[in-house]
Amino acid sequence: MKLITAIIKPFKLDDVREAIADVGVKGITVTEVKGFGRQRGHTELYRGAEYVVDFLPKARIELAVAEDIAERVIEAIVEAARTGKIGDGKIFVTELEQAIRIRTGETGPAAV
Amino acid sequence: MDELTAVSDRLYEVSYALDTLYFLLMGALVMWMAAGFTMLEAGLVRAKNTAEILTKNVGLYSISCIMYMLCGYSVMYPADPAGSVFASVGNLFAGAVGAADHSAADVLASGGGIYYSALSDFFFQVVFVATAMSIVSGAVAERMKLWSFFLFAIVLTGFIYPVQGFWKWGGGWLDQLGFQDYAGSGVVHLCGASAALAGVLLLGPRKGKYGPRGQVQAIPGCNLPLATLGTIILWLGWFGFNGGSELRMSSIGSANNVALVFVNTNMAAAGGLVAALLLARTWFGKADLTMTLNGALAGLVAITAEPLNPSPLGATLIGGVGGLLVVASIITIDKHRIDDPVGAISVHGVAGIWGLLAVLLSNGDARWWVQLVGIASIFAWVFTLSLAFWFLIRLAVGLRVDEEHEYEGVDLHECGLEAYPEFTIAE
Repeated sequence: MKLITAIIKPFKLDDVREAIADVGVKGITVTEVKGFGRQRGHTELYRGAEYVVDFLPKARIELAVAEDIAERVIEAIVEAARTGKIGDGKIFVTELEQAIRIRTGETGPAAV
Repeated sequence: MDELTAVSDRLYEVSYALDTLYFLLMGALVMWMAAGFTMLEAGLVRAKNTAEILTKNVGLYSISCIMYMLCGYSVMYPADPAGSVFASVGNLFAGAVGAADHSAADVLASGGGIYYSALSDFFFQVVFVATAMSIVSGAVAERMKLWSFFLFAIVLTGFIYPVQGFWKWGGGWLDQLGFQDYAGSGVVHLCGASAALAGVLLLGPRKGKYGPRGQVQAIPGCNLPLATLGTIILWLGWFGFNGGSELRMSSIGSANNVALVFVNTNMAAAGGLVAALLLARTWFGKADLTMTLNGALAGLVAITAEPLNPSPLGATLIGGVGGLLVVASIITIDKHRIDDPVGAISVHGVAGIWGLLAVLLSNGDARWWVQLVGIASIFAWVFTLSLAFWFLIRLAVGLRVDEEHEYEGVDLHECGLEAYPEFTIAE
């Protein structure tokens, strides 16, 4: 199993959700996060004084998937979240040792 | 002959009732300005200081009313019957109704000389003193101790404001000199701004407002819709502030005057807003909303000294100059590290001075040196006394909250709650 963590532009969240549902993902966790990468921040203006917003809002999605669909899920996220402009985000993939569904006690791929 | 007298008496009664009603309605509009100040200030502070600024505003309004009743009104209008009754402890709970006011016989015998209820005048005046005090609260926001502020409110509304109010509106020496201040660019707005400036100087800037090399750092307000709503409420209330200051409605001449004052007040606000918007766009490259809002208020303050003589176009220009001045003043004051979160000193002080000078453009009775004497004496009196009282309060109980409390927000430490408990995160 893989744990896929993707940081994406917030307005792309719905597109990504639909795209991964199409390749068989049954659930994801979404968090509103802030951070910076190459895009860095931007300046805003208040009462004549400029100030820098260092951290931009992003959506972080986490999903655990079975080995066999991991590649297709990653492709779907990349496809759906890409605008081609700076700040599209990143995907991190890690090995997932175990997953347990709390209600039934199922483990492994059956639990994701 | 008796019938004629009866008819003319009825006319006096009706016009007395009309003028009283007009006074009370205008006073209620001015009272509503308390909502405007409250919302404007709540919008321009950070979320962590919202509950405290709300408490401060409702508190100062009520303290102003009580202090003005107890002593302020009789200091400002020593000869007025309403004042003496309010000051007398004798009839606390009985006999106050009627005793404080004109009897029907007096009104009819005066042949139109007495044309509104004395208590309606008290009501109209009491909401003005609250306005002056509201000006102070925004300038010292986010860092002053709540109770130190309330202590100062007692002094300003019970003593400092009424004394200079007497100079002009109570028939004192400024009035006899010929100082022109129709609805209070000086008596109310410059007064509030002078007290605010004294407070801010002793209080110091909010932590983080100025960088180590003196650079100005923005501390954005938490709720611009509220700030905008507050400005529009003030704009509405100002029709009472200026419109009511005609003091009379029951003749064609005075009704026309009130209408002109309404129109001019409105035009000055519009002129100030557009001028500030254009200047901000040119200067900063963006349509700076809070500067634009300050522009409308500066226009209103500027026209307050003389809303009756200029034409509507003239009023628009007077307001417009106010709007330009306020943007320049806010930037300049900030450069001098005087931290005024809502721009109160610029809006009410700088635009107030401009308004008092702009009287010279349209009012033939105004003389330039008298206007200058008025400006200087109001500022000197209010600023000096305020500085002294702020200083005494600082010695006695301190003016400023702890650094840690300021960081966490004065809401938690002064009021024990947060205005937006589900969203606030200390910065």
